[in-house]
Amino acid sequence: MKTFRIGGVHPAENKLSAAEPIKVAELPKIAVFPMGQHIGAPAKPIVQKGDKVKVGQMIAEAGGFVSAPIFSSVSGTVLKVDTIIEASGYKKPAVFITVEGDEWEESIDRSTDLVTLADRPELTSKDIIDKIQKAGIVGMGGACFPCHVKLLPPPGSKPEWVIINAVECEPYLTADHRLMLEHADEIIVGLTLLMKAVDVKKGFIGIENNKPDAIKLMQEKAKAYPESEVVPLKVKYPQGGEKQLIDAVVRRQVPAPPALPVSVGAIIQNVGTAFAVYEAVMKHKPLFERYTTVTGKQVKNPGNFLVRMGTPMKDLIDACGGMPEGDNKLLAGGPMMGKALTSTEVPICKGTNSVTIISGEEAFRKEPNPCIRCAKCVSACPMGLEPYLLAKLAAVQNWERAEKEEVVSCIECGSCQFTCPAHRPLLDNIRQAKSTVMGIIRARAAAAKK
Amino acid sequence: MTNVILIAVCVLGAIGLIAALVLWGTAKKFAVKEDPRIGQVQEALPGANCGGCGFPGCGGMAAACVKAADQGSLEGLSCPVGGQECMNKVAAILGMEAAVSAPKVAVVRCNGTCENRPRVVEYDGVKNSRIANTTAQGETGCQYGCLGCGDCVAACQFDAIKINPTTGLPEVDRTKCTACGACAKACPRTIIEIRQVDEQKQGMVVTCMNKDKGAVANKVCAASCIGCGKCKNVCGAEAITVENNLSYIDAEKCISCRACEEACPKACIIMLGEPRKEIKKPAAPAAKPAASTAAATPATESAAPAAKNTNTRPYDKPIELKFDAPLLPSQQYMLAGTVDLVRSESKAADTAVENIEHSYDAPLMPSQQILLGIKTKKA
Repeated sequence: MKTFRIGGVHPAENKLSAAEPIKVAELPKIAVFPMGQHIGAPAKPIVQKGDKVKVGQMIAEAGGFVSAPIFSSVSGTVLKVDTIIEASGYKKPAVFITVEGDEWEESIDRSTDLVTLADRPELTSKDIIDKIQKAGIVGMGGACFPCHVKLLPPPGSKPEWVIINAVECEPYLTADHRLMLEHADEIIVGLTLLMKAVDVKKGFIGIENNKPDAIKLMQEKAKAYPESEVVPLKVKYPQGGEKQLIDAVVRRQVPAPPALPVSVGAIIQNVGTAFAVYEAVMKHKPLFERYTTVTGKQVKNPGNFLVRMGTPMKDLIDACGGMPEGDNKLLAGGPMMGKALTSTEVPICKGTNSVTIISGEEAFRKEPNPCIRCAKCVSACPMGLEPYLLAKLAAVQNWERAEKEEVVSCIECGSCQFTCPAHRPLLDNIRQAKSTVMGIIRARAAAAKK
Repeated sequence: MTNVILIAVCVLGAIGLIAALVLWGTAKKFAVKEDPRIGQVQEALPGANCGGCGFPGCGGMAAACVKAADQGSLEGLSCPVGGQECMNKVAAILGMEAAVSAPKVAVVRCNGTCENRPRVVEYDGVKNSRIANTTAQGETGCQYGCLGCGDCVAACQFDAIKINPTTGLPEVDRTKCTACGACAKACPRTIIEIRQVDEQKQGMVVTCMNKDKGAVANKVCAASCIGCGKCKNVCGAEAITVENNLSYIDAEKCISCRACEEACPKACIIMLGEPRKEIKKPAAPAAKPAASTAAATPATESAAPAAKNTNTRPYDKPIELKFDAPLLPSQQYMLAGTVDLVRSESKAADTAVENIEHSYDAPLMPSQQILLGIKTKKA
C-alpha cells in the first residue's frame, strides 16, 4: 500500500465519531463572521448595522486577489460590525447578525439531484474558476487557501493531476469520512470540475486505510469516471500533508518553498473543498456551511455536524452534551495541528474542521526536559528536517542559520513535538523561527524590488 | 655517535630559525594596522559587550568613537553601562568634548497584576513571551498587557529585572539598570520603554498599554488607562497626549509636578520610586470565581455555576519524568500547536506565578549544556 517515504508518526486515531451520521446543527441566535477566514487579505464588510440579509448573501467582499468573499449563512438583521476573539486568540473585526428565520437567496438551487459535467457541457474552465472565486471557496482542510488562486498556477506550470485529499490523518477528525459516505457522487463530480478547471486528464482520491467503507464506496462510484482513481493509503501521520500526499500517490517530491506543488504537476484539494466546488458550480451555492466534527474522550455525544458558519462553538458543544467537568482544552482542529482557544464563543469559520476537547490529565503538557539527542524528531519529520536543531536556533534567535537549515519547509505538523521523549516544545519554537524567517525573506524581496 | 646528534641538532635548529624568520616576515607583511586609539578607548569602556550602545560589543563602540572623533564630534554616542563618567574618559583619550546624555532607565508600562487583572484561562504552553504572544492575547482579557513569561528577565545581563511572583509582572531595579535596551527589545508587546529620568532615576510614567475603549479596558483590568484625558487637562507642561484611548507622557517635556498622578481616576500614572495611590478595585476577583471578570468568557460562566474548586492540577506535587508506556509514540499525548486551557473557573488570584530563572538543567555532558533561553522552575 502506498505511503510517503520520509518520516511520519502514529498517534492514536481516536476516531470516536466515525460511526456518527451527519446531523444538521441548529441555527445560532447570533451568527458571527470574522473577516479573516482565509489566507490572504481579510475580507471587507459591505453591510452595516440594520441591514437585512438572506442566507447566501455576500456580507464581505474579497480584500484582493489572494482573498475570498464571505457570505451570510443565516437570514436576519445585521446587529453590528465589531470585534470578537477568534481562533488567532485575538479580537478581530467581524460582522454580527441576529438570526431571523431561514430565508435563502433565490438563486441557490436546493434540490438534491446530481448534476454532472455531462449535464452542463457549456461550462468552460474559466467559468468554473470564476464561479469558485465568486462563491468564496477556500481550502476546507483547515489551511483556508483561496481555491481559485490554486487553480490559476503561475505561468509555465504544467499541471498533470488533481489529487483529492480525503486522507483525514488528524486524530479525532471524522467529518471528511462521513462526507464521503453521504455525498460520494457529488465529491466525484467536484473532482471532475476541478480537473476541467485546470485541464488535466487524471484525478486521484487519496483515502487512508482506516476508512475501508469510504474506500469501497468511492471506488464503486469512481467506476463511472474512468479518469479518476481511488488510492488507498497506509495509515501514517501526516499522510494528509500536501507534499506527503503527492509523494505517496504520484511519487514526486516538491522542491523547497517558494516552489509550489504544481511545479511537479499536482494540484491538491481537500475532499470538503471538492464538495463545496460541486455545490458552488452546479447548485449556485456560495460557501456558508461546512462539515465539522465535535469530539473528545469526555464529550458525552461526539458527532459530525453540518453547521452554518458563524455558529459559536459553544452551541455545538452544548449539542454534544456540554463542556466536560474539570480541566479542558478546547481545540479548533485536532490535537496535532489544532489550536487551543481561549473562549467557547469563537465562531465556526471556513477552516474549522473540528472542535476537539481534551480533558483531564491528558490536557496538561508535561514539563520539558533537556534534549537527549535521541534524534527521534529527525526520524519523525516528514520533510526531512532536523527539529532539535531548528528549535534550538529559534531559542537563540539565530535566524540566519535557521534559514539555511530550511526552516521554511516545515509544515508545522507536530510530529517532532509528538515524538520527543523529553517533551520538548519543538514545534512552538520552530514556528517562531519559521514566521520570523518568512518575514525576513519578504522584507528582503520587498527591498530588492525597490 | 655525537656527530649524529650534533648534526641533528644543527639541522633542526636551522629549520626552526628559518621557520621563525618566515613567520616574522609574514607577520610584519600581513599585519592588520589598527588605529592604536581604538585599543585605548576600548580599555576605558566597561567591557560588558552588552550592545546597549547599538554597536557590536565594546570593540565596535571603540571603533565608532574613533571614527566619530575624526569626523569632529562624539554626538549621539553613549555607553549606557559606563554612563557619563565613561564617556568623559573616552572623550579625554580622543581629545574631544564629551556629549552629555540624560540618564535613562527601563520602565515596565503595565500594572496588570494578578489582583488587578484576573485570569480567565490558563496558558499551558512554552514560557516564552514571543511564543505566548503569537498564541493568544493572554490569560486575561487584555491583549496589550504583560504576559509574565519573562523574555525581559532572560535578556537582562545586569540582573536588573525580575518577575515579582505575587504580581506576576517584571520589576526593574533602577539602581542596577543600565538602560541598555535589551529588555525593551525582548518584549514582544513593547511594554518596556527606555525612558529619560532625572538624576535620582525618577520620572512620571503611565503604566498601561491598553488601547481599547475605556469601558472595555475598565472591565478587564482595574488598573487600566481608560483614555479619559484628565491627565492631559491638568498637565502644566503640555507633556501628555491621549491617543487611541491611551495616555502617554513625553519624558523630555515632563516637569514631574505629579498633577496627572493626582488627577488620574484609575491610579495608572506613577512617579517611579514612589508608592502608587490606591486603586479602586471592583468586587474582589479572588473571592468569586469569574463573576467579576467581564472578559467574561462563557467558558467560565457556562461551566458549573457552583464555586466548587475543580482545580486538578498538582501544582504542589513534584513533577516526575514519566513515560506512560515504553516509548510508544501513540501514548505520548503531546498536543502540538498552542495549548491553552479553558478552565471551568478562573484561578484564585493569590496563586503564585513561578519564579523564572536561568538554569542549566543537565549533568555535565557537553551536549546537554545548551542554553535555551528561558527555563521555568517551580517556586
